[in-house]
Amino acid sequence: MIIAEVIGNVVATQKDEKLEGIKLLMAQQLNLDGSARGEPFMVIDRLGAGEGETVLVVMEGKSSMQILGRGLAPVDMAVVGIIDHYTVDGATTKC
Amino acid sequence: MRLAVVKGSVVCTCKNPDMQGVKFLVIQPVDDHGRENGEMLVATDAIGAGAGETVFWCRGREATIPFLPKQVASDACIIGIVDTVYTVRER
Repeated sequence: MIIAEVIGNVVATQKDEKLEGIKLLMAQQLNLDGSARGEPFMVIDRLGAGEGETVLVVMEGKSSMQILGRGLAPVDMAVVGIIDHYTVDGATTKC
Repeated sequence: MRLAVVKGSVVCTCKNPDMQGVKFLVIQPVDDHGRENGEMLVATDAIGAGAGETVFWCRGREATIPFLPKQVASDACIIGIVDTVYTVRER
C-alpha cells in the first residue's frame, strides 16, 4: 500500500456500470517526508476522503474489487483508510 | 517474497470495515546485506512485527491470504520475522 494525498476528484457520467455511483478521486503518491512521488493517479473511494486528506491506497486489482463490493470490476486502486498519523524512525507525522 | 526492515507504523481511524484490527507498518525493502533496495511502502502485518525488525513480506493478492476468512484488502503483507540471512554473495 502507498500513502497519497487527495488532490481532487473526477466526474464521469459515462463509465463502466460497476463504477456507477462510486466516487473517483485524483491522488498524488507521497514519499514519507511528504514530498510528491511520481504522477497523480485515479482511485476509487468508499470512505468519503476529501481534498487535502492523506490516505492509504491499495494498488492491487482483487483487493480494490473487494472494496468496491460488486464482484468482478475494472478497478486497480482503492482507498482503504484515511491516515491520522504515521511514524517513521521514531518521528511522527500528523496528517 | 522479499526482505525489508520495519521503519514505523501508520494509524487510520477511518478505514475499510474489513480492516479493523489490522496493523499497518512502514517497511523499507532491503537486500540480503541489509542495504536499502527500493522505495518504502506500507504493508499489513500478519505476524506481529515491530519497528527495527528485519522481516519478509509478499505482495499481490497473496497478501490477503494470512487474514482469511476475513477479507482484508491488502497488496503487501509481512509474513515472517527474519532471524538470520546467509548468502554466499559478497558485500
